Amino acid sequence: MSFFARFAQNRGALFGLLILVMVVALALLAPLLYPESPWRMVQRPFLAPGELSGFPLGTDTMGRDVAAGLAHGAWVSLLIGLISTLVALAIGVPLGALAGYFGGWIDDALMRITELFQTIPSFALAIVLVAIMSPSVGSVVAAISIVSWPPVARLVRGEFLSLKQREYVEAARLAGLGHWDLIVRQILPNALSPVIVLASLMIATAILLESSLSFLGLGDPDVMSWGYMIGAARTVMRQAWWLSVIPGVMILLTVLALNLVGEGLDDALNPQLARQRH
Amino acid sequence: MPYVSFILGRLVKAALVLLAIVVLNFFLIHMAPGDPAAVMAGEAGATDQQFLDDLRERFGLDQPLPVQLWRYVSGVATLDFGYSYRQQMPVLELILDRLPATLLLTGTAFVISLALGVSAGVLAAMRAKHPSGSLIMVVALLFYATPLYWVAMMAVLVFSVLLGWLPAYGYSTVGADYQGLAHVGDVALHLILPATTLGLFFMAVYTRMTRASMLNAGQQDFVKTARAKGLAPGVIQRRHVLRNAVLPIITLAGLQAGQMVGGAVLTETVFAWPGIGRLMYEALMQRDYNLLLGIFFFCALLVIVFNMLTDLIYRLADPRIKEAR
Repeated sequence: MSFFARFAQNRGALFGLLILVMVVALALLAPLLYPESPWRMVQRPFLAPGELSGFPLGTDTMGRDVAAGLAHGAWVSLLIGLISTLVALAIGVPLGALAGYFGGWIDDALMRITELFQTIPSFALAIVLVAIMSPSVGSVVAAISIVSWPPVARLVRGEFLSLKQREYVEAARLAGLGHWDLIVRQILPNALSPVIVLASLMIATAILLESSLSFLGLGDPDVMSWGYMIGAARTVMRQAWWLSVIPGVMILLTVLALNLVGEGLDDALNPQLARQRH
Repeated sequence: MPYVSFILGRLVKAALVLLAIVVLNFFLIHMAPGDPAAVMAGEAGATDQQFLDDLRERFGLDQPLPVQLWRYVSGVATLDFGYSYRQQMPVLELILDRLPATLLLTGTAFVISLALGVSAGVLAAMRAKHPSGSLIMVVALLFYATPLYWVAMMAVLVFSVLLGWLPAYGYSTVGADYQGLAHVGDVALHLILPATTLGLFFMAVYTRMTRASMLNAGQQDFVKTARAKGLAPGVIQRRHVLRNAVLPIITLAGLQAGQMVGGAVLTETVFAWPGIGRLMYEALMQRDYNLLLGIFFFCALLVIVFNMLTDLIYRLADPRIKEAR
């Protein structure tokens, strides 16, 4: 069975993919649909959804368009989720590969560092990092990457530990390939499929983390984000419930979609494991 | 004796991790933009030159970096976490004052999440091919994908604003001044919403883990043997499957403890719960870095203590581990 056929067998994954495509479309179209800054005050505050045509989701406490905020927020959430996951992979994959491939004291040293980072409460560390570096897209990405690479390193290390024993690696070594070629050309490509599954789940976690930081007021003050919208609506929950409900549903749908897609990828990339599970 | 040496070994490891965190804290202060004195004083003190000079003198900021590091580490070793100039109190005093509320909240949430999560996971595993089993997993996935602070706000909206059943915020009724049992009941009533919302996210994690672990253990040879012997399915599930499935859950519980402390920051902020999570939010708002790093240290300390406890429990639950590890 092909990759796509296996993926399509998981109905949840298809549903997730559908939602994800819509959120990505919203994010990409945001500058076209709402060319104005989402921070601009365009109407009187506290317009309920549907109260005035042109503002299908109403306005917030400052008279800013909620729909515009959602669209621009989608862009920021996906972007930060994606970049911080890539940075976390860029830290975790090489560390895990080196530890698993060389073993010995290199493995010991790298795994002690990984364990240390896993012991430190990640959300508290992210808060401290962003607060110290002062909130910006860069510092948020840095903080999320720093707290999310350890699982990548552990996963890649485990894959390398088992793959380096395989006969094809032995054959490649006897053929005279150097460490670099063995690691990058021979072992890494075969270790990638669980990493891809983990990465899709990491994007979801990164989006949740980013929204939590923004909710606490640690988001970039120049970009609109879903977490910020919920945080700003917290004090007016009784008067304007939609201001916190709508962005929350967006986060829920996006994170849910990424998790479903991740499970589908897992089924499609690791068919033997999937058969055992079901 | 193996227990004594095991515990000693764990204590040494914990001390090393704590030392690493203190050193990390030190460098974080130095990483902040501007002078560490200004960082320690917060934004308010930064304008008063005399005050800054005093701070520099006191913390020896004119000294070379290793000397400063030594001073900082030995300060923490004697439980000196510095002074919060914003709150006009020593950091340690502020934290110890708020710690019990956080322990109450996270402890309750931990028990709720573990009890509900493991039961739901066992149920989902036993009905793996049944719609009700799938339904449990869908609900678990929903809670797993929802921002913690948003669940908290929605709970307030439904149970306090709409239904009026539970208090929306705080630790006890302001001005009521209950005594004895009435006070305990009042706090318990205020605890329900924060502890449940904090617990729900982690419940989802345990549900998923327990189900996967049960299904995995159910395929082992010893389960086939038990089935071949003609044991009742309920007995097999309880004595053979769950007993083995519980080990990865204990490991996970240790790892989740740290996340729970982090989650407490969000929950306590929404519910105005007077714990160290709320204190962390206040420190953030005021850019009170001394206090922030002190709280960070205590969060890590809580996690380390909790991890040591899970290690001990793991050894009790798995008799196969004797001298190993």
